[in-house]
Amino acid sequence: MIDIRPPIKATNMKKHHALQHLLKRLQKQPKTLAPFVSLLLILSVTALITPGFLEIKFVNGHLYGSLIDILHRGTPTALVALGMAVVIGTRGIDLSVGAVIAISGAVTAVLTVNTDWPVWIVIACALGSGLVCGLWNGLLVSIFNIQPIVATLILMVAGRGIAQMITEGQIVTFHSTVLNAIGNEFFLAFPIRVWIVLGMIILTIVVMRKTSLGLFIEAVGANVRASRLVGIEARLLVLSAYMFSGFCAALSGIIIAADIRGADANNAGLWLELDAILAVVLAGASLAGGRIYLGLTIIGVLIIQTLTTAILTSGLPVQYNLVVKATIILAVLLIQSPTTRQWLAKRFQSKRGQNAKKEQNSTSSQNHGRADQ
Amino acid sequence: MIDRSIRQHLSWFDTLKQHLLTTVLCVALPVCSVSASAENLTIGFSQIGSESGWRTSETESIKAEAERRGYNLKFSDAQQKQENQIKAVRSFIAQGVDGILLAPVVETGWDQVLKEAKRAHIPVVLVDRGVDANPDLYLTKVASDFREEGALAASWLAAKTNGKCNIVELQGTVGSSAAIDRKAGFDAVISNFPNMKIIRSQSGDFTRAGGKEVMESFLKAESNPKKDICALFSHNDDMALGAILAMKEAGIKPSKDILVVSIDGVPDIFKAMMDGESNATIELNPHLGAPAFDAILAYRAGKTVPKWIKANGPLYLPDTAAAEYNKRK
Repeated sequence: MIDIRPPIKATNMKKHHALQHLLKRLQKQPKTLAPFVSLLLILSVTALITPGFLEIKFVNGHLYGSLIDILHRGTPTALVALGMAVVIGTRGIDLSVGAVIAISGAVTAVLTVNTDWPVWIVIACALGSGLVCGLWNGLLVSIFNIQPIVATLILMVAGRGIAQMITEGQIVTFHSTVLNAIGNEFFLAFPIRVWIVLGMIILTIVVMRKTSLGLFIEAVGANVRASRLVGIEARLLVLSAYMFSGFCAALSGIIIAADIRGADANNAGLWLELDAILAVVLAGASLAGGRIYLGLTIIGVLIIQTLTTAILTSGLPVQYNLVVKATIILAVLLIQSPTTRQWLAKRFQSKRGQNAKKEQNSTSSQNHGRADQ
Repeated sequence: MIDRSIRQHLSWFDTLKQHLLTTVLCVALPVCSVSASAENLTIGFSQIGSESGWRTSETESIKAEAERRGYNLKFSDAQQKQENQIKAVRSFIAQGVDGILLAPVVETGWDQVLKEAKRAHIPVVLVDRGVDANPDLYLTKVASDFREEGALAASWLAAKTNGKCNIVELQGTVGSSAAIDRKAGFDAVISNFPNMKIIRSQSGDFTRAGGKEVMESFLKAESNPKKDICALFSHNDDMALGAILAMKEAGIKPSKDILVVSIDGVPDIFKAMMDGESNATIELNPHLGAPAFDAILAYRAGKTVPKWIKANGPLYLPDTAAAEYNKRK
């Protein structure tokens, strides 16, 4: 026991240090705090309403509980939101992701049922269909200069029709051990799909933040002409952003189809584009482009999914589902609005009138920090 | 504005022309009603979509019946949207069809478009669902009695559990008449049994994914789901199939630990019964084409048509599941 103590202390101190660092960062950028606070608030209120909501048990060698459900159910939205964030960074928007999900699910199901191809080729074909859809959107936006909302609206409407053509309007059920594992099985106590999505998130964040790609994409979103003048190949970047979004949506489509072991061309991914856009905005990104927060986007996804799961477990009468969800989302957005934050800051300052000078200093340094970005 | 008034004028003129023609024919030919029944009718059919296996088989049954009779069927898929259905009905009216089949996605908001059809003297037959509008505005409704289906499910469950059961319910799309009436019929029967009650009820939107997600949350919300939940009542088979997957993943045996009763009778639920994963389904009769077309013929012959032509299906149990599955494959 005594032997073990010192290292524990050391890690504790390390943790403490990391926490301090995080708090410092949050003080500098109070904006990043809001999504975390909202998520914690929603979780704690739900825990009060539904006892046992935060409970996690160990069943059949894996974790089991509502919190795991939130991660599990949030994966399709998280993937789509990741692609959406990158597209929104280029001052675009991708409304077609729901339809791409339907297409990729349909391709997965029909190829699994009608061919003897190995499952990896089937998955590659489904992901390929997403890339082709993204290429289509990207060409319309970057080469033909059609406004993103209109360009992707075309595929949003037509895509579901294409998926219905592929499945001939039926729900195509399939059986495949690999796909079933992707949809519902566990690895190291967590659902496999959570690992897949975690991998995608880390990969995206590394590529966007550790290489200059993220900077270029935000630069294109902030000012296309200026970025072109400094030598950034804007068209290619925008094209690849849409292809990335298509790829993410297709992966999400495979997961959704694997989940119910069937492709439901009418309902798979229906309205998911709106949830994804909401998650990106909850994270503090601007729809005018040039500024995205990938990590916070995932927190945004968790807020939305927590709400959905919380409402389902709460025993709320069905008629109130949508109104309650909308009201809470509105509250979260209000918490994040600059006006509310300023008002709160003012109240905070007047309470601490004596420390006013100090506060002012920190405010100015905060402003300075913001201008730097 | 000018455009619109001309178009209105034209459609009015078209209708008049048609009526004059029919009147002339009827005066000239004493066997008018016979010739009307043998003629090639043009029928518009506004379908909700193809959200479930049942709806697909209904569409196919109606298409097949129209083909058998040599009718020209104009089919429109609304993809779950009322505005698309209203557009479709308006376009049928503009094309001057002989009758319209409408499977309404929700109950309310149909008054205006039904009035337009009535003004154009085109009979509207509601198929498989009702609307909340003046019955004078449509010819008839050809549908199962959703209340009776809900009541039948509840009666079966009461008999199976000796009137003692904690039930979780998967509701259909909020506001749809199938969801409202199946719930009402079910509630009416279990209210006679003091030890039967619905402990949780949520909407799974009639979809497999919805049923699965909601059932997962039900299972998490109970501390000991195997003991606390005695049966699942699902407003359609697809949601029940999703819920069965959720139960299996939580280590619960569907149909043994938790009884499963649902409505519609789609092929996959018979397969689930064969595999011992579901207990009962009540068939929602999809063969509504023949009674609907007959109603339009009766209207054309000047006969009175009842406002509700009931077409209820039976309750199926696992013993006949294999035979029924092969019949439907």
